[in-house]
Amino acid sequence: MGFVLVQFLTGLASASSLFLVAAGLTVIFGVTRVVNFAHGSLYMLGAYLGWTILSRLPGGPAWFAGGVVLAGLGIAAVGVLIEVLLLQRIYKAPELLQLLATFGVVLVVQDLVLKLWGPNDLTLSRPPWMRSFVQIAGERMPFYDLLMIGIGPLVLLALWLLFTRTRWGTLVRAATQDREMVAALGVDQRLLFTTVFALGAGLAGIGGALALPDGSANGQMDLTAITDAFVVVVVGGLGSLPGAYLASLLIALLQAFGIVLLPKITLVLVFVVMAVVLVVRPNGLLGRKLTLARGEANTLALVRPAEPALRWLGVAALLLAVWAPWFVGPFALSVMTEMLVAMLFAASLHVMMGPGGMPSFGHAAWFGLGAYGAAFAVKGLALSMPAALVVAPFGAALAALVFGGFVVRLSGVYLAMLTLAFAQIVWAVMFQAVSVTGGDNGILGVWPAGWASNPRVFYWLTLAICVACVLVLRRALYAPFGYALRATRDSALRAEAIGLNAGSLRLVALVIAGAAAGLAGGLAAFSKGSVFPTYISIDRSVDALVMVLLGGVQSMAGPVVGALAYTGLFDMLLMVTDLWRLVLGLSIIALVLVFPQGIAGTTYRLWLRGREA
Amino acid sequence: MKLYRRTFLASAATVAAPSIVRAQGDAPIRIGEINSYTAVPAFTVPYRNGWQLAVEHVNAAGGVLGRKIEVVSRDDAGKPADAIRLAGELVNDQKVDLLAGGFLSNVGLAISDFARQDRKLFVAGEPLTDALVWDKGNRYTYRLRPSTYMQAAMLIDDAVKLQAKRWVTVAPNYEYGQSAVKWFKLLLAAKQPGVEFVGEQWPALGKIDAGATVAALAENKPDAIYNVTFGADLTNFVRQGNTRGLFEGKGVVSVLTGEPEYLDPLGNETPTGWIVTGYPVNSVSDPANKAFIDAYMAKYKEQPKMGSVVGYALINAIVAGIKKTGSVDSEKMADGFAGSSFATPFGSADWRAIDHQSTLGTYVGKTALKDGKPVMVDWHYVSGADALPSDAEVKKMRPA
Amino acid sequence: MTILNVAGISKSFGGVRAVADVSFSVAAGEMLALIGPNGAGKSTCFNMLNGQTAPDSGRVTLQGRDITGLSPRRIWRLGVGRTFQITATFASMTVRENVQVALLAHHRRVWRFLRPAFAWFGAEADGLLAQVGMAEQASRAAGVLAYGDLKRLELAIALANAPALLLMDEPTAGMAPSERVALMRLARDLASQRGIAVLFTEHDMDVVFGVADRILVLNRGELIAEGDGPAIRSDARVRAVYLGSGATSGGH
Repeated sequence: MGFVLVQFLTGLASASSLFLVAAGLTVIFGVTRVVNFAHGSLYMLGAYLGWTILSRLPGGPAWFAGGVVLAGLGIAAVGVLIEVLLLQRIYKAPELLQLLATFGVVLVVQDLVLKLWGPNDLTLSRPPWMRSFVQIAGERMPFYDLLMIGIGPLVLLALWLLFTRTRWGTLVRAATQDREMVAALGVDQRLLFTTVFALGAGLAGIGGALALPDGSANGQMDLTAITDAFVVVVVGGLGSLPGAYLASLLIALLQAFGIVLLPKITLVLVFVVMAVVLVVRPNGLLGRKLTLARGEANTLALVRPAEPALRWLGVAALLLAVWAPWFVGPFALSVMTEMLVAMLFAASLHVMMGPGGMPSFGHAAWFGLGAYGAAFAVKGLALSMPAALVVAPFGAALAALVFGGFVVRLSGVYLAMLTLAFAQIVWAVMFQAVSVTGGDNGILGVWPAGWASNPRVFYWLTLAICVACVLVLRRALYAPFGYALRATRDSALRAEAIGLNAGSLRLVALVIAGAAAGLAGGLAAFSKGSVFPTYISIDRSVDALVMVLLGGVQSMAGPVVGALAYTGLFDMLLMVTDLWRLVLGLSIIALVLVFPQGIAGTTYRLWLRGREA
Repeated sequence: MKLYRRTFLASAATVAAPSIVRAQGDAPIRIGEINSYTAVPAFTVPYRNGWQLAVEHVNAAGGVLGRKIEVVSRDDAGKPADAIRLAGELVNDQKVDLLAGGFLSNVGLAISDFARQDRKLFVAGEPLTDALVWDKGNRYTYRLRPSTYMQAAMLIDDAVKLQAKRWVTVAPNYEYGQSAVKWFKLLLAAKQPGVEFVGEQWPALGKIDAGATVAALAENKPDAIYNVTFGADLTNFVRQGNTRGLFEGKGVVSVLTGEPEYLDPLGNETPTGWIVTGYPVNSVSDPANKAFIDAYMAKYKEQPKMGSVVGYALINAIVAGIKKTGSVDSEKMADGFAGSSFATPFGSADWRAIDHQSTLGTYVGKTALKDGKPVMVDWHYVSGADALPSDAEVKKMRPA
Repeated sequence: MTILNVAGISKSFGGVRAVADVSFSVAAGEMLALIGPNGAGKSTCFNMLNGQTAPDSGRVTLQGRDITGLSPRRIWRLGVGRTFQITATFASMTVRENVQVALLAHHRRVWRFLRPAFAWFGAEADGLLAQVGMAEQASRAAGVLAYGDLKRLELAIALANAPALLLMDEPTAGMAPSERVALMRLARDLASQRGIAVLFTEHDMDVVFGVADRILVLNRGELIAEGDGPAIRSDARVRAVYLGSGATSGGH
């Protein structure tokens, strides 16, 4: 019995830690609708700044509390900087562009932390009070954990008072409901957003500093924290603080007892919880259906078929690409092969995100299933490469069909997070089933068939397949199917009233996108000769998102340009500088500011404007 | 660093000349090196210092085969797919004579498979997976560090001496953790009949829920604990374990924990008496080690870590192999490296012909605190040669 | 000929009766207005006809066929067009494409993946747009239209499935008074030309009395009067409801 009680209390302590990571994210999202990818980075900065401050202070509890608050204030200031210098300039940009911008911040912060604090994990020496414990039912319970159990609900209470008992809080809540009304009341919405962002960032900073006694400040904290935070926020319901606490409790307690019963469940548990919650409650535990924050539907630009000039540009690029193997070296050729695969991968996500209106944070699932499908086909079933390249898209499409039914019922960030949950579950299966998949060591020896083993031949094969698929996808989007799909995105109400079945349309779009991504994955497997769980990782999904957003979600030109630009930039930077994350991050931020509609989208608009003038 | 890098533009500029005839003569021998510099800086920064020092030493001594050596280094960002692309760049555009490096096992395996396909030599430094030289081994791949199996095997004698009956294990939930636990269980059961494994925990790498993990392990009422966690997970695990008294009165056997990379962050919370593999950099006294440590400290103003030793030994092992082969031809090196001996800070080691594993060993000892700083005591060096299975068993595992 | 027949439909929300035992019918070519003060149950009544809400009891038949409780999609298929109080069109498409999409749905040509959408039903779309006076704007983006034009576009979309019944929810809300009458005259002409039964809710009494053939008055969920303009104007209960509630001609 003692064990159960102590494990329960331990779960409560973990819940508080989770809540502190997530609270700021949900506050920021609830008001500004910004999907802040840099939240984990703020948490990590909080830990590092906290270390710098606390390792210079005496060890008493009061000093500790003061140091933590100071770290929180410091990170709040960082948050203000990010909001004023970056986000404020792009609030009017298409949804999710803020996500791209904050992803740039993530990269920049990683290198800054490495430069400022060095490569080693930094630990805070614990004074005796932090090491002390209380005997509960014959078991030792750390005093600091008991403290954490209290801190979570206290922060929740403080935030609740702040939002319900102050004028500022009332305005913020009003802004959450109806922005125009707040503007009409003569309140400076910009200042409101800046303060909200500062509060969210400060909470992340406090969370990071409070994690120090349990471990260390290290360079991996940001990505761990951001996934945890997103899961908690989504499970709880976007923008709901009590929901976030409830979700933290649910996850932490299931984790605490889950690892006793099934020790290997650690990789998937949170994602299974999230998937189940979203399937049962599409808006999270305590979330409400999201209202359109900015009336996006009315700001959608007209989608036009490509201008003749653009078509000729495409034909010229294609001819150049066909000709390329005669004048570029083998390495440049391998980079170009990679770019083509990335192009198809990004184009497949565009089908979902653009006309489908379904942002996905887990698109790598289909890519990875295709890659593994091809690898199993070659290694397990001894099929030929062409047969494996048929298995790849079909395998991915089948999974998309089975899983898609749950996805298409959701919308917005919830939908995106359910795809992430699915991707993480697939990832965990590939990662953990070592006997079948080799685990993280992957499946090796998936090299192209003899006739395609020459890099030039494989390049042409990839070029033919990828360009053909992108053109077919594009064609489908301009065919009745694509228009009907876009209709369900533009106005669900009207689409329903003219007899369009949004569910089937979106499901078919998802299956098509899955098949295309799966084919890209199959090609990637052969071009690299191996498959690894990294093909399904969050990084890979983020890559796809970045490529689509960087290029622009408006038309198929977006993902194509985005994929070429991002892959090229990344591959080049990786060779040129140790600080590639810093440079890549700054480049992304600059591109977001210069091309708020994506590179292709903004260029096209400017060109149109030039012609009209 | 900039010295060893070529810009993308430069490599793109080689497009016009598909196959440059390389001036043999006195042009430097080029080693293409790939590692997870940004993904695992705690290991790779000291590692890079180590190989840079070795390159200086080798070139100061006149190089090898009358030529200097040069390292072209790349960051794989922790992703095998990027490592493969970079391997292609190094081989095709940079015209390196061989490939080297790696930290993550999957990156090591990816490069080794590329090496097999491209018939280029790959000398892996750190990747620990057994597969690299055994069931996925190939003619072109050599590996320096003691593998997961060897690390576990080196600890077995001391583990048996604990005479503990009930064991629990805690390991990160991926291939390395699974292999480390699998070998330890097999080897211990063989040497100590009747041993029981009464519980296991598999925290996700980098995401340990330390409090719950410690409590769950304690609930199994073990006599001894086998730990494979490292890095940030280890710090969290040790802190919760200390407060909750998990380690009191129990034997703990822990892989890699004595390496300065992982031991130093534990600070004054380092539990004493853990049986660990590692590098007692503060107390080694043999001349080779002292000379290395002194040279390293003179150049970098800090003590070397395990990564530094791996980086330094990697270059020496490559140079020795080239010297014995007398050529940088890939096929010749693939045969010629086998059986060569090379000097390392830990003493001399060999490249085994049977599986291309080096016999570089590591130190086994106990953790302790000295003036509030973590150290290894009661250590002894275990040669890799003493921690490997019989040749017959190796032959069974390695594809012909 | 009776197009729509409503027999005794009722709906309660959490014990509150929103619509109680309402019956009426609409004939082909007839303009029937459904009016009543705020909260009278107009919207609930409307939603039970278009499939948004299922009635607790009663029957709705369209051209003799029972459509009670069917989904909006099925009801559209059976020949019911709709316009919304707040316009709902496809902003990323041109005016013509908006109508084309509706035509594609009507002709069941949605699951076509190759032939470009602009090649489908272009002439038919232009014909519909001409009928609502939007031919000249066919190539403009729907997202940039003036409000009155959006309403007319909606009307064209609603006509795309050659409906037997047109449901118009507050069709003139948000329009300038001069535009209101013009739009409803247009609807009226279309109704009589094509023999469409039109049921609409409306706040503007000038519009109601100007174009409706017949008027239904709802109050607190119950039908309190039915008849033509003069009859309704002189109905004592209607006067009581409207004067009592303070509403006057002109709506909002």
